[in-house]
Amino acid sequence: MSNFFDKSDLTRKDADAIVSDTLQNCDDGELYLEDTKSESILLDDNKIKSSSYSSDLGFGFRAITGEVVAYSHSNEISKDSLKKSSENLKSTLKSMKGTYNQDISRSNKKFYQDINPIEQKTLNSKLEVLNKVNEYLRKKDQSVKQVTTSFAGEQKSIEIIRSGGEVLTDVRPLIRFNVSVMLEKNGRKETGVYGIGGRQSYDEYLKNDNWKTVCEEAFRIASVNLESKPAPAGEMKVVLGPGWPAILIHEAIGHGLEGDFNRKKTSAFHDLMGQKVASEGVTIVDDGTIDNRRGSLSIDDEGTPTEKTVLIENGILKNFMQDRLNARLMNTKSTGSGRRENYRHVVLPRMRNTMMLSGNQTQEEMIKSVDKGIFAVSFGGGQVDITSGKFVFNCTEAYEINNGKIGSPIKGATLIGDGPSILKEVSMVGNDMMLDPGIGTCGKAGQGVPVGVAQPSILIDKMTVGGTKL
Amino acid sequence: MVKDQEYLRSKASFCLDLAKKLGATGSSVTVGHSISETVNFRNNTLDESNRSDGLAISIETYLGKKRSSISSSNLLDDNIKTLIEKCFETTKNTPEDEFNSLPDKDLLAKEIKNLNLYDETHFDNEKKIEYLKELESVASSEEKIINTESSFTENKSNFILANSDGFCDGYKSSSFSASCVTVAKDENSMERDYEFTSKRHLSDIKGAKELGQKASEQTIKKLSPNKIGSEKISIIFDKRIAKGMLGAFAGAISSSAISRGTSFLKDKINEQIFTETINVIDKPDINKGVGSQIFDSEGVKSDTLNLVQNGVLKNYLVDTYNGKKLNLKSNGRSGGTTNLYFDNGNISFEDLLKSNSKHIYVTETIGHGSNLVTGDYSVGATGFLIENGEFKFPVNEITIAGNFKDMFKNITLASDLDFEYSINSPTMMIEGMTVAGK
Repeated sequence: MSNFFDKSDLTRKDADAIVSDTLQNCDDGELYLEDTKSESILLDDNKIKSSSYSSDLGFGFRAITGEVVAYSHSNEISKDSLKKSSENLKSTLKSMKGTYNQDISRSNKKFYQDINPIEQKTLNSKLEVLNKVNEYLRKKDQSVKQVTTSFAGEQKSIEIIRSGGEVLTDVRPLIRFNVSVMLEKNGRKETGVYGIGGRQSYDEYLKNDNWKTVCEEAFRIASVNLESKPAPAGEMKVVLGPGWPAILIHEAIGHGLEGDFNRKKTSAFHDLMGQKVASEGVTIVDDGTIDNRRGSLSIDDEGTPTEKTVLIENGILKNFMQDRLNARLMNTKSTGSGRRENYRHVVLPRMRNTMMLSGNQTQEEMIKSVDKGIFAVSFGGGQVDITSGKFVFNCTEAYEINNGKIGSPIKGATLIGDGPSILKEVSMVGNDMMLDPGIGTCGKAGQGVPVGVAQPSILIDKMTVGGTKL
Repeated sequence: MVKDQEYLRSKASFCLDLAKKLGATGSSVTVGHSISETVNFRNNTLDESNRSDGLAISIETYLGKKRSSISSSNLLDDNIKTLIEKCFETTKNTPEDEFNSLPDKDLLAKEIKNLNLYDETHFDNEKKIEYLKELESVASSEEKIINTESSFTENKSNFILANSDGFCDGYKSSSFSASCVTVAKDENSMERDYEFTSKRHLSDIKGAKELGQKASEQTIKKLSPNKIGSEKISIIFDKRIAKGMLGAFAGAISSSAISRGTSFLKDKINEQIFTETINVIDKPDINKGVGSQIFDSEGVKSDTLNLVQNGVLKNYLVDTYNGKKLNLKSNGRSGGTTNLYFDNGNISFEDLLKSNSKHIYVTETIGHGSNLVTGDYSVGATGFLIENGEFKFPVNEITIAGNFKDMFKNITLASDLDFEYSINSPTMMIEGMTVAGK
């Protein structure tokens, strides 16, 4: 746990006094202190390309009255700097008056251990793994022309000081291990990427030579793509595999159910609460409480304990994801979804681990039922236009389906759909829900936060596939 | 006030001295300070104010051909000392790489040309509020506009880059940006669009009325879109999307992608990769240019580069490390392009619209559908159907796909280039791409 005051002329008592004084006429707000240590080690092109370490310390001071948010941040934790921020907040909100809401729920539950993954493993042992990955893949096949592999680890300590002196703290570990391989055969080049990670020590993910599994998967994806044919273009049936393809849910539905877009009525879902937005059998939750997952948090960045929020239950829209600001303005409670990338950013309602729960059909049944369509197994990134509801994502591994059988692999194509209607096109939900391997980062308003997704195989009756073959 | 050169220099030399004392054979350090103030409006009222004050330091230490780096936002001498020690310890344990090196001394920038990148005017929050009030009152005046969000940001920064070969320089820069996002609604749909402006000097930004008016018009035009059938059709990219093609091109000619062999443009120097009429230029010394720089992130002087001449690829974007690997000299592009643009074509915008009986005019793309290894391109798009030179109706939920290798050879550019951003393109037409819709 970081002590934010031991090397500063600012004492905790001073900080308490400044916070209480600044927020006395506000509805909400807090001082957020953050200390992040992070490292990244990259092997590329047969060499350790970079090894870097970063230490980032700072505070973000927020005051809210009505709908107006005043925010000021600095990486200088000092009395002078905090006072300057306080003046800045006061000047924005000077003509307004609010009543501070002391209420914040508390919980002692922790969903990860208080560890620093960077210090738990020596630099040399990390370098050794990266070199083994490189040798293993290059020996595996002559077609391997490029290998990039990396470790990223961090420990983020946060402390939230609310008006009245209430203090909330959390220490969050996060690691990621990634392998990317490029193959070249008969003049064609294709890449395969795979990674794993979460809120545990490196060794939890690398035990039993688990790095080999990651290499094999990256190699397999690249090999499949070497044989790929141009993707079809037009509307057709799409079977999605389990696990990571749930970024479809994240893009198509998740963002549209974040509180801010609904309070501002810019989401296509803002007037659909309680209505049917998905086929029967479709249940979607956003859960911050799964042990050691990339998207899990013991408390969110406002200090609220996270929870498992039911978004859609059996096709019916049940809840939005809320931070304190949007919850207050919409007369509801925070769902522990208030997150920020770091102290430089304001809190926004964000996803944690977004999951579609299992139904009772099999993937085999889905494929058998399709005359002409595609089977999408893995994706790169996705994006959504919240207002029109249109969303896209890019296949990184996909196959044609012809007459109920899986055919040739197809080139990476973008799939495009309409968020509010796509879940009504889901005609089968599989019994094989799977969590993603722990690699997702979600971007919103310029802020990236780690997230998770999960889903079973699903069949979507109609989606537009953006290939080149008519 | 943004910290002065003297303060930044003293921090930088503290780092270099310490690294030397520890036994580093070389080192480089960047110290930067940036202050920015943002005001956000929503539906004609104040929504958020945000003040950001950030110091940052990054240090690289060398031991022969071994190298590692650290960065921090905590500039207390104690903390810096601990970090440099840690950095050098890591350097010792990192394997050698024969290409690791500080930039060649004779390539370093010698003089700091004044490009007018700093405007000391302070546009205080009250004035930002006035600007946004005016902007939003115009943006929200049409009945169909149901939501407006706008923002004004002022940024001032200063930095010093120093290395153990004696380089030590830096300069102040500023930016003033305003943006407006509007949401329009009719009985069939809800749509969003935007407009923004960003300049080094306050007096150069677009007026509040113009910004609000444009955002509102563009959004209303998108209402009640149709989906169209799948077909091969000529596509016209609005300037704001056309510049994205240049972004992808720049990624594919970065020396890192070339030396790693992961670019579809590897080994294409002196080959025809675009239509013969196409010229691509990267010009770092535009007065007040949004992307202007005097030297790159390693201190290497950046000169104007003709990247593509008459359709032929002439240069990669080279930094020190990848340059050594490729046996090329750095051309001051560590950190990427500066002010990158396609030169004007020789057909007017109006004539371009009439050049085919039917086009799709794309105003927005979504998704990350550029594969720089294979050149495959596939993204979601919205825009308009154009028939006989006239805008017929808005189109959405389509994708457009092709391969950059073919797309580059089928580009026609209009003659309407202007220098709004750090990457700029005239309106662009590409023939032979596939649209997937119904």
